[in-house]
Amino acid sequence: MTDALNPAHPPEPKPVSRNLTRLMRRPELGALTGTILVFLAFGLTAGNSGLFSMAGIANFLQVSAQLGILAAAVALLMIGGEFDLSLGSMIGFASVTIGLCVTQFGLSIPVTVAITFVVAIVVGALNGFLVVRTRLPSFIVTLAGLFILRGLTLAVTRTITGRTQIPYITEGHEGSFVVWLFGGKFGGPVFAWLATHGWIAARPDGSPMVQGLSMSILWWVIVTAFATWLLIKTRFGNWVFAVGGDDRAARNVGVPVDRVKILLFIGTALSATLFAVIQVLESGSADTLRGTQKEFQAIIAAVIGGCLLTGGYGSAIGAMFGALIFGTVEMGIFYTGIDTDWFQVFLGSMLLIAVLVNNYVRRKATEAR
Amino acid sequence: MAEPLIELRNVTRRFGSVTAIRDMSFAAHAGEVHCLLGDNGAGKSTLIKTLSGVHTPSEGQMYVDGKPVTFASPRQALDAGIATVFQDLSMIPLMSITRNFFLGREPLKGAWITKRIDMKRADAIVYEELGKIGINVRDPQQAVGTLSGGERQCVAIARAVYHGARVLILDEPTSALGVHQASIVLRYVAQARQRGLAVIFITHNIHHAYPIGDVFTMLNRGRSLGTFRKSEITEKEVLDMMAGGREIRELQQELERFSKSGSGAEAVS
Repeated sequence: MTDALNPAHPPEPKPVSRNLTRLMRRPELGALTGTILVFLAFGLTAGNSGLFSMAGIANFLQVSAQLGILAAAVALLMIGGEFDLSLGSMIGFASVTIGLCVTQFGLSIPVTVAITFVVAIVVGALNGFLVVRTRLPSFIVTLAGLFILRGLTLAVTRTITGRTQIPYITEGHEGSFVVWLFGGKFGGPVFAWLATHGWIAARPDGSPMVQGLSMSILWWVIVTAFATWLLIKTRFGNWVFAVGGDDRAARNVGVPVDRVKILLFIGTALSATLFAVIQVLESGSADTLRGTQKEFQAIIAAVIGGCLLTGGYGSAIGAMFGALIFGTVEMGIFYTGIDTDWFQVFLGSMLLIAVLVNNYVRRKATEAR
Repeated sequence: MAEPLIELRNVTRRFGSVTAIRDMSFAAHAGEVHCLLGDNGAGKSTLIKTLSGVHTPSEGQMYVDGKPVTFASPRQALDAGIATVFQDLSMIPLMSITRNFFLGREPLKGAWITKRIDMKRADAIVYEELGKIGINVRDPQQAVGTLSGGERQCVAIARAVYHGARVLILDEPTSALGVHQASIVLRYVAQARQRGLAVIFITHNIHHAYPIGDVFTMLNRGRSLGTFRKSEITEKEVLDMMAGGREIRELQQELERFSKSGSGAEAVS
């Protein structure tokens, strides 16, 4: 029995302590703490290795950003109580779709990008439809998708081109707005200005060593902000939490459970495609093996960010921190010269710790006070 | 008497070869608490699910405000003002009270892309509505999982009432609760009756039902044993009519014999 039922209830707690308890209940708290710890650790050990030079920062932000785009969508899906293991294969599939459309069918890059996103919507909808119709665990349905999409990608590409890679996609399109939008850099003038004042490293001719930040970082911020807005502010976000928390209860109060789930699967397929478009337009080539294992990395980032494996709880901001931890450690290990094999050990340990912390936080969040 | 808000006439519901309810007639009026009593398997849950639009009658007809209706989904029943608070309460423990309270009917503000839940207003409404029934939540944003069983039940009922329920179907609202918590829920049921709702109270606990009920319908093996006003029947008679009433009396006699012969202590140990 809590004293909330008592007519002579205690006075309102002070706003400060109330805000503090609200903060303690936030799912992203663990990921934020983890990020700070990772930065402290590398600040002490990797101080002069170049990890925190402008080039190093640009590097680990780019790595984090690409994963972060996936992690935001995966966080939404996981909060909705489902998994998408076909995510990595979708990246490969989208990559060669772009490659084939441009090099084989001679389509322009803007049209190709539009077509690829439409393909993503179809694949995502199909995943979602299969899951809600068959009532099978999405784990199994999308595991099938993982193999089907990857196999299809390999088979089709090899049949048409005889190879597994498609180079020279952006050749002749370097000035294209769409290529810049997904594969370019931003902030060039700012870096040039900083370099002329000698605040960042510059080449002998006075131009900065780092010409700008990858557009993927901007996309990361946009996708995370949009996902957070959806989750916290909109009716759809409320439904996502409800569907993942208890889909029968959600259905009883009139939430269109199936529609919500299908939309979430479309979301992850779109994020995979955004990832593919960015990589292809940055590098100028497509590879059938693009995105291998990304499905697991994205799930790890989301879980580090506070998403429960059972659904109903989590945050997109947390997933952003999860991706940032991921990218920082991957690059940090590279810069400090530690054998990169250790990265996987670290990853597995992080995942385990994150799951334990999440379970603890969930218990705290729901225990009677 | 005024027209009943909701009425079943000669309704039968079969599942394959099993007849869950047979030739059931039943009516609930505004401002009345109508108790449905019966042991497990008496057809209570089938009756609730028929009233709330989960099942459609195999035979017979349902009427709302005297007009024949057939609900294809719980949502349609809800829109007609028939709200059911199921035993699991349809609440999500990890979500906040406010988010649960407005789930599926979120108050919105803003247009097009800025369209969002008006959380401030929602919080204020929850605070006020729960205050009315004597639950002082410190923070409407706290998770439902932090509430006690009685509080959760009250929030679920308050939600149904706030969203315009005229007929409130309560499925075993007190069965999992202690005495004190149950009394809170019963007091709130009385309040809902006063506001002119028709309350259908399903239970197998006569001690909870008799004090609050105005009308009693006893069910046994899918059939109605009749409907009685409170003035026509005593608590003991209700108990006798319920399936299991005789068994409880036999049990009582047996226990009395035990204690008289002094073998009670041995039987317990």
